[in-house]
Amino acid sequence: MDYLLQPWPWYISGPLISVVMLLLVYFGKTFGMSSNLRTFCSIAGAARYSDFFRFDWKAQRWNLTVVLGAIIGGYLAVTFLSDGSTIDLSNQTLIDLEALGFKAIGENLLPGEIYGWEQILSPKGLIIIIVAGFLVGFGTRYAGGCTSGHAITGLSNLQLPSLLAVFGFFIGGLVMTHLLIPLIFRQ
Amino acid sequence: MKFMKFLLVGIFFGIVLVKSEAVSWYRIFEMFKFQAFHMYGIIGSAVVMGIIYIQVLKRTDVKSIEGNPIYLPPKQKSFARYILGGSIFGLGWALAGACPGPMYVLLGTGIWSMIVVILAAVVGTFVYGLVKDRLPH
Repeated sequence: MDYLLQPWPWYISGPLISVVMLLLVYFGKTFGMSSNLRTFCSIAGAARYSDFFRFDWKAQRWNLTVVLGAIIGGYLAVTFLSDGSTIDLSNQTLIDLEALGFKAIGENLLPGEIYGWEQILSPKGLIIIIVAGFLVGFGTRYAGGCTSGHAITGLSNLQLPSLLAVFGFFIGGLVMTHLLIPLIFRQ
Repeated sequence: MKFMKFLLVGIFFGIVLVKSEAVSWYRIFEMFKFQAFHMYGIIGSAVVMGIIYIQVLKRTDVKSIEGNPIYLPPKQKSFARYILGGSIFGLGWALAGACPGPMYVLLGTGIWSMIVVILAAVVGTFVYGLVKDRLPH
């Protein structure tokens, strides 16, 4: 039971994620979480503005159900399957984040410096998470998929385009982490 | 209940992502700093197992639960959209510390500010839909 409550090692978690992909393929679908964002647009009536949103969103209800499950799974995991242990980050990561002024590093899943109420109720903090979300939504659709669709499903299916997309994910991620985050959180 | 299996897969997905800490902003930061193997191990082992599963499925005539042949649509051939779109997503992923799956999982863990990120992502997708014909694909 202790093993269940502790953080799971990568060699357990990774193969379990591939099982999610396998199950969805077996169910006749494909694993791709960013598609739901397009579905939400379609439900909200975005087809009036672009044909990109003109599709039968009801055929995507299965994926919305996966989303609902993911929310429930997140709740169950923190409520019943956690021992509240601090994330075991590398020493260098702790040093780098302390230098950026981060406190209580790894005590929660997300840093209070970005997701705390005080932050998101401030103009700068609100802009940060809106811009972050916008880039995720715009970029995933432009790239035709995200971590689940390209990095997991596409690479598993040996798709060269997915390798290019993952390469792109890293270009953006490295620029943000190494160049922009130090500017954004400069004290 | 044809949707029950999808609900259960989603629940399983959410639990795995929390327990693996793949939904943690800190783990994404650490990954892009190349300071730990953790995230590379998760994605790498998922892909290795995934390649094995897909190859086995393609070499056998396993049918899906609905009785249809297993089919994974090939990705469109392109260069610009993957590098440009991928880079834009990467910027957001590293800043938010969450991609489109973890966003929902994190909402479930009780982080209400994730609603703002999800709404902004929906708007981002909407704007892509408006301007996509003017972008290189």
